[in-house]
Amino acid sequence: MTLFIEQCLNGLQFGLLLFMLAAGLTLVFGIMDLVNLAHGSLYMIGAYFAATFTAWTGSFLLGVAIALGGTLLVGMAVEVIVMRRLYGRDHLDHVLATFGLILFFDESVRLIWGPAGLSLPLPSWLNAPVQILPGIYYSAYKLSIIIVSLAVAAGLYFLVMRTRIGMLIRAGASNREMVGALGVNIKLLYTLVFGLGAALAGLAGLMQAPILTVQIGMGEIIIILAFVITVIGGIGSIRGAFVAAIFVGLIDTLGRSYFTDLIRLAFSKETAATAAPALSSMLIYLLMAVVLVVRPEGLFSAGQK
Amino acid sequence: MRKTLLAAGAALLLAAGPAAAQQKTIKIGFISTFSGPVAVIGNDMRNSFELALDHLGRKMGGIPVEVIYEDDGFKPEVGKQKTDKLIESDKVDFITGYIWSNVLLASLKSAVDSKTFLITANAGPSQLAGELCSPYVFSSSWNNDQTPQSVGLYMNQKGVKSVFLIGPNYAAGKDMLAGVASTFKGKVVGQELTKWPDQLDFSAELAKAKDANPDAVFVFYPGRAGVQFLTQYAQAGLKGKIPLYTAFTIDELSLPLQKDLALGVPGAQQWVNDLPNDANKKFVADYRKKYNSRPSFYGAQSYDAAMLINSAVVATKGNLSDKNAVRRALEKADFKSVRGNFKFGPNHVPIQNFYLQDVVKDGNEFVLKTTATIVKDFQDVHHAKCKMPAN
Repeated sequence: MTLFIEQCLNGLQFGLLLFMLAAGLTLVFGIMDLVNLAHGSLYMIGAYFAATFTAWTGSFLLGVAIALGGTLLVGMAVEVIVMRRLYGRDHLDHVLATFGLILFFDESVRLIWGPAGLSLPLPSWLNAPVQILPGIYYSAYKLSIIIVSLAVAAGLYFLVMRTRIGMLIRAGASNREMVGALGVNIKLLYTLVFGLGAALAGLAGLMQAPILTVQIGMGEIIIILAFVITVIGGIGSIRGAFVAAIFVGLIDTLGRSYFTDLIRLAFSKETAATAAPALSSMLIYLLMAVVLVVRPEGLFSAGQK
Repeated sequence: MRKTLLAAGAALLLAAGPAAAQQKTIKIGFISTFSGPVAVIGNDMRNSFELALDHLGRKMGGIPVEVIYEDDGFKPEVGKQKTDKLIESDKVDFITGYIWSNVLLASLKSAVDSKTFLITANAGPSQLAGELCSPYVFSSSWNNDQTPQSVGLYMNQKGVKSVFLIGPNYAAGKDMLAGVASTFKGKVVGQELTKWPDQLDFSAELAKAKDANPDAVFVFYPGRAGVQFLTQYAQAGLKGKIPLYTAFTIDELSLPLQKDLALGVPGAQQWVNDLPNDANKKFVADYRKKYNSRPSFYGAQSYDAAMLINSAVVATKGNLSDKNAVRRALEKADFKSVRGNFKFGPNHVPIQNFYLQDVVKDGNEFVLKTTATIVKDFQDVHHAKCKMPAN
């Protein structure tokens, strides 16, 4: 039982982290109709910034705060310099240009920080396990990721559902032309949304950095999962991204923990040991396939509401 | 008159024959990973190989050496393409490198079919020591399961009664976990294979290990994943609670990032920086002078690969077209290895000592130190399955 609770927390933490990434992706995709493959690069930039600024300032929290602002600025600069030229073009152009951006960011990072990667050490108060229920210890850092992510999700919900900017964002996701026609400064809105998405990606990257290492190309694997989540959740829907991210996080983690035992019931130990890791890593994609068959527009489609 | 001229010409051609067999350059193909996060390993291998060439005066048996480095991009299919390119279009005499067992297994057939000598400088899939052994394939490293087998023996010495195994789900990962399980006398209470190389979050596996409450955890994560594993091991609160034993998880490349997380975590290795033989002292000292960092075991094996190739070129006086002679020369392993004694078993895998290595703090630096010899003249268990054709 303790194990199950711990695995659920692990799944929740992973899911929330994916939500940070997917939220920015789905916003940009939904509102600007822009496929941004380089979203993972912003995740990487967030991690590199955090590692660098933490080392400079000597304070984890201060380093993280500067890194967040830095990633926001990088995101807005990318929007102004590159993305603006891509609106209204074919999706294939988006893919090509943003793939170029990935190469650009990877090579820039190699030039600035070198190929070896960095580590972002945690302050000692985050690096120890805490007792969350009698007898159940959980990593303080992972717990803090859960708390921060939930707070960000709530803040995002408030921003999108309760503020004027949020209203424009929702309107943009439903009908872009009409928002522009009504005299909204869509250019500024786009820059803001892209910057927000970048900051969220940067936050995900810097939160993941102490668990993994800060390295070139760190965003490229995880961004695929973020795309899966936007597809499952419905493009442009923050709520959909949230639900889908939690689903994916839980399925991935619980699959990894219990799938071997399940397969062992039906097959030999040898088969289970080799087949289960392969099969459990497919679970997420199976979920996506099922969602695409049953609800091709995703669980929560922004366009229809 | 014409006849005599023709005869003279023919005689000249005949005389020129043996000279033509003498090569103008020795071409060596080197496949490793030079891009992406694991490029640090590839760089260390290339640096060591280059250092070996420096030590040889960039000549083997008086013939200049040309090395063509190719990046496998950490992918078996790319590794195979590059191997084919080196063999078919560059027509290399030797091919070496190979970090990853899955890359080597994909590339093996091309080398064997074209009778190109392949010296693996790291990857040691068990199939290669057994049924897939070939007259054209040699190893300057080890067979995958030998190192974890040594760790298993060491855990027996330490009186460990139960162990939980964690490793990546690919050829080497499976070999490693099977290796520990084969020599460890206690109980294996659990085993986890993770998706490789994508999965870098081990929280689910660590939670299971904690729940199983074993005497020890054994882990194999090469390259950067080793840093991530040790970090998460500490964050999960397992460091200091359940002793950790490793193979290929802590080395000179990962140690600068692992730092004190690696303190007190033992591992086994056939080569350590501080082995006290002359060849090694020269290798380590010159490496540190040239690159301002410490070589890793990947580098040491690449250095040995260069020296092994050199020994064969010297013994055959550069006549590499006689494949049987080259093979005989390679089998003799007539060179000074940085690991001390070096000899090949019948399957072309070295029979060698395995040492216990520990992490110690030397000033501000963390370094690896040999603390004991776990097993002497250790031969892999797969050689019985190898049907090496007689020479």
